[in-house]
Amino acid sequence: MDIIIKFLVAAVGAGTPLLFGTVGEILTEKTGHLNLGVEGMMSIGACIGFMVGYYTDNFFLALLFAAIAGACSALIYAVLTVTFMANQNVTGLTLTIFGIGFANFIGIFVLNKSPEGTLKLPERITAAMRGIHIPGLSDIPVIGELLFSYSPFVYIGIIIAVICAYYLNRTKEGLNLKAIGENPGAADAAGIKITKVKYINIILGGAICGIGGVYCSMIINGGVWISDNVGGLGWIAVALVIFANWQPSYAILGSFVFGALRVLKYYIPQSVFPFPIAFYDMLPFLMTALVLVISSMRKSGRINLPAALGLNYFREER
Amino acid sequence: MAQQQKTQYAIECRKITKMFGQVIANDEIDLNVKYGEILALLGENGSGKTTLMNMLSGIYHPDSGQIFIGGREVKINSPVDAMNLGIGMIHQHFKLVEAFRAMDNIVLGTKGKKEKSKTTSEKIKQISETYGLEIEPEKYVSDMSVSEKQTVEILKVLYKGAEILILDEPTAVLTPQETEKLFAILRKMREKGCAIIIITHKLQEVLAISDRVTILRKGKSIETVNTADCDARKLTELMVGRPVSLEIERPQMPETETILKIVDLSVNKPDGSKAIDDISFEIKRGEILGVAGVAGSGQKELCEAIAGLLPSQKGAILFQKENLLGKTPSEIIEKGVSMSFVPEDRLGMGLVASMGMTDNMLLKSYQKGKGPFVNRKPAKDLAEKLIGKLGIVTPGTETPVRLLSGGNVQKVLLGREIEASPTVLITAYPVRGLDINSSYTVYDLLNEQKKKNVAVMYIGEDLDVLLELSDRIMVLCHGRITGIVDARSTTKEEIGMMMTGENNMIDTGKEAL
Amino acid sequence: MSNSTENVQNEPFARVIKRAELSAGKTTLLRLSAVLLSLIAGGVFIACVGQNPFVIYGTILSGAFRSMMAFQGTIKLMIPLLISSLGVTLAFKMKFWNIGAEGQIIFGATCATFFALFCSGMNHVLLIIVMFLAGFIGGGLWGLIPAIFKVKYGTNETLFTLMLNYIALHIVSYLRDGPWMDPESQGFPKIARFDKNASLDKLCGIQFGWLIALILVIFVFVYLKFCKQGYEISVVGESQDTARYAGMNVKKIVLRTMFLSGGICGMAGMIQATGSDITLTTSVAGGVGFTAIIVAWLAQLNPFSILIVSFLFSVLEKGSSVVQSNFGLSTDCADVLQGIILFFILGCEFFVRYRFVFRNKVPKFNKKEMEG
Repeated sequence: MDIIIKFLVAAVGAGTPLLFGTVGEILTEKTGHLNLGVEGMMSIGACIGFMVGYYTDNFFLALLFAAIAGACSALIYAVLTVTFMANQNVTGLTLTIFGIGFANFIGIFVLNKSPEGTLKLPERITAAMRGIHIPGLSDIPVIGELLFSYSPFVYIGIIIAVICAYYLNRTKEGLNLKAIGENPGAADAAGIKITKVKYINIILGGAICGIGGVYCSMIINGGVWISDNVGGLGWIAVALVIFANWQPSYAILGSFVFGALRVLKYYIPQSVFPFPIAFYDMLPFLMTALVLVISSMRKSGRINLPAALGLNYFREER
Repeated sequence: MAQQQKTQYAIECRKITKMFGQVIANDEIDLNVKYGEILALLGENGSGKTTLMNMLSGIYHPDSGQIFIGGREVKINSPVDAMNLGIGMIHQHFKLVEAFRAMDNIVLGTKGKKEKSKTTSEKIKQISETYGLEIEPEKYVSDMSVSEKQTVEILKVLYKGAEILILDEPTAVLTPQETEKLFAILRKMREKGCAIIIITHKLQEVLAISDRVTILRKGKSIETVNTADCDARKLTELMVGRPVSLEIERPQMPETETILKIVDLSVNKPDGSKAIDDISFEIKRGEILGVAGVAGSGQKELCEAIAGLLPSQKGAILFQKENLLGKTPSEIIEKGVSMSFVPEDRLGMGLVASMGMTDNMLLKSYQKGKGPFVNRKPAKDLAEKLIGKLGIVTPGTETPVRLLSGGNVQKVLLGREIEASPTVLITAYPVRGLDINSSYTVYDLLNEQKKKNVAVMYIGEDLDVLLELSDRIMVLCHGRITGIVDARSTTKEEIGMMMTGENNMIDTGKEAL
Repeated sequence: MSNSTENVQNEPFARVIKRAELSAGKTTLLRLSAVLLSLIAGGVFIACVGQNPFVIYGTILSGAFRSMMAFQGTIKLMIPLLISSLGVTLAFKMKFWNIGAEGQIIFGATCATFFALFCSGMNHVLLIIVMFLAGFIGGGLWGLIPAIFKVKYGTNETLFTLMLNYIALHIVSYLRDGPWMDPESQGFPKIARFDKNASLDKLCGIQFGWLIALILVIFVFVYLKFCKQGYEISVVGESQDTARYAGMNVKKIVLRTMFLSGGICGMAGMIQATGSDITLTTSVAGGVGFTAIIVAWLAQLNPFSILIVSFLFSVLEKGSSVVQSNFGLSTDCADVLQGIILFFILGCEFFVRYRFVFRNKVPKFNKKEMEG
């Protein structure tokens, strides 16, 4: 029993960066733009956020700058694909390569300057990221641990996902956004400022991804900087968007399921299932591939894939 | 300047010019329309009608010229500007979000907070009653018929308070009966003081609905006349620029053998819905079988089934008593069955847009010859031959075909198919988007094939052309044949009835067979 | 004009209009100026981290060419990059977004390694041929998997190929930690160094993979330009409907092309493992599969341009390693610069087809453009 609770708690933690990435990408894809640069945006957010946290020892500032860094990298994507109508696949991939390179480069650059030879976050910020403790609530057995014991990141992620769900499904702005992703020509004719809406949402999406990135650099390795700290989570997030059927609410569930896969190896006793560690490392990717296949086989039902995804829009095209 | 005289115009355009790359779409066009008036904008395809209207609705931006709305000079930079000026456009290709409900489409882009569905729904119903429109606000657009979609388009602009309506070829997708209904709505709007511009190239409709006509030709405004003082012949002359004979030749061929026989054929669309429902017909050598029907009645699927691109659920396609079902497309091409389908974007199937004429000539014949390499020499010769024979205007055989004009692209496509000397020639919408001259070239090509004893199946949009060109006309409605009639004795009204499936279904086409 | 023109202020700052297609010369000039601009932007970045951009750029150039050994090192870096760029080109020409070159390299190398480890006693020439085949087939199969799902269910190939990259990577780490672990490494997880018999021979001081790469340049060029199969790839890439209409078996073409595309990438992996690393590591691909995508795109899928671009990228890569040892900047610098270059090229493609018109300016149409 105890181990199951520990497992669930760990799964939520491991799923949180995926949640940010997925929700950010949902916003982006709803504009009709497929941004394959999630991994890159997360890396840039991870790097800038970590460095700000390292130097200022301020959790809030780290979060803010991670978001700004993610937004800036999404801005590059938006300028190239929205204004310059560049190929979305190639632009996204380039952003990923650039982002990972940039993050590793800056990481090593700062590392070489630091006297200790490692980059470890200072104490105050580490404390701020630790699981919350609400007297009373957190002490309830089982429920307390399952609901009120996480790092603030988890709650921020869920709140963002809920806000995005409300925004997409309940507001006029959300309706406009979805119209653009479905049929930009129709949205344009209806007087929606397409370029503006696209920029806003792509940049917001990038900011959310940036926060997901800083989780990777600040929490996953116990506050010590290592290279390649996002490690493919951005790619899983892109696939999770399909799994979540472009719904932020499903994204919450999906990312925690995948979080569970990521931590499974610590909770399955080797004596019962003697699988090699490499298999558990492979599992999330294997499952993602499986999800891709299954969701492509599923033909029935209303699939929320934006109809104009991947196509650039030029008003005077004829 | 006489200010008074100007203010009575709802729209006045002066010397509007617009270019696309190196093409002049509009060249110093003048146009005006009053409140409470229906103006028809007449011109051939490519004469610049749609471009002009897109500038009024803020989709395009004029390079030079002035626009006055209600006597005031304005700059229309976006659809929002147009909307604020009371201009609403109903596009030829509907600008609707298929995945949304009708009401979501209607409120899209309006200011203010999101209302309760019920409030919006009530408002929409109120407007539709005023103008005599019928609509279900909760219905998803993807589930709607073409004329329902058009109603949504009209409501969209009315909901936003438009007083100036622009309709781009609104009747192209409608049956004659639906067209009549639309015209009744337009007349009602005219009574309420709306200014209406209707774009069309169908002369009969111009005469039926408009008060005045402005004629465009090759991007220039030629003349504006009162409809009452006009007839079809005069309008055509103005439109084409010289007197033309509107008659299409119909050579009479001796009775011959049946070459293609379709028996109890049923075909599903790729998504599983029924496209062709249990149809039977036959085509003889040396005849043109016209196929009429509202867009999306199964024409595309029928073509694809015969060409072997779409599997069929039941039935048979007999080519000289041999079943073509189950054969691969290349085996069917080998037999001499040629299919050319001109889709709405003209290039989608049949031609490769980024390749030159030479490589496009290769498309169906590249497998000829031994060895792993492609032999381009004969294809190049063929391309040069076609350029000479059909008068195709292109900088060279290697220029990508997407850079050619619509008429030339279609000549390339049809020319290739004919050069393969087929025994059955299926052609869908070969004159789509062509000017009158090019259209007549295409009709001549088809008649030439007919005289060579080729069986021709011609799927068309324009009923007048079908009636003059075909020997027999087959009418499709919702994937079923609602009639096969002799083109020499039938009438437009009769075919119109069959297109909606309202004729008597019992003796389906039997008498003509 | 006395009429009020009040909403002129609403006019956007700039609008986009389509331009007449540019001549080849002008296009090249435009792209070159984009590269120049990107180098300036990269210079600003270098200056930001406190280095003199001219010194760094100079070091990159001299680092790649300063000695015979350095030049050989550059070529060694180029071999896998060039081959895998050619591999992905085949898929890209078909508009199949194969971003799984990384995985195909790894899996090709893994299959070849099997023979290097367990059949090292074979006749040398035969063994090399077998390993080439194994690399080709291994990579090919790894490319075939997403293609099968693509033609059968329409599964998104971009993400699928990507997942296969990670799966291949973990297969290697499994083999390294378990069945293929070097028994003499005293528990340190690594795969044994290949026998001399199982490593590629040298030609002009560099492993002979470079010759294979050059042959592949010619092969891919001829294949795409003059072969029936190459013609099919272009048609399928342009429009699957058209291809089906012309009687092509689209599924077969997609499967075959992806097998070939993956196979070529697999060969790159085999050459890297047996020619350069002389063992199999998890970093056998080391990001080459991703860089290959950039190279192929920059070269506009032209095999000869790929040769040039991949050479320039290898210079950048090799030079960056010298920069690392001299200035303490990590080699990731190369990735950053590559990214910046591609950003600028992607942006500049816009100006080949469109241009901006600024507010209050009537676009000027020069007569020549109109008549041309």
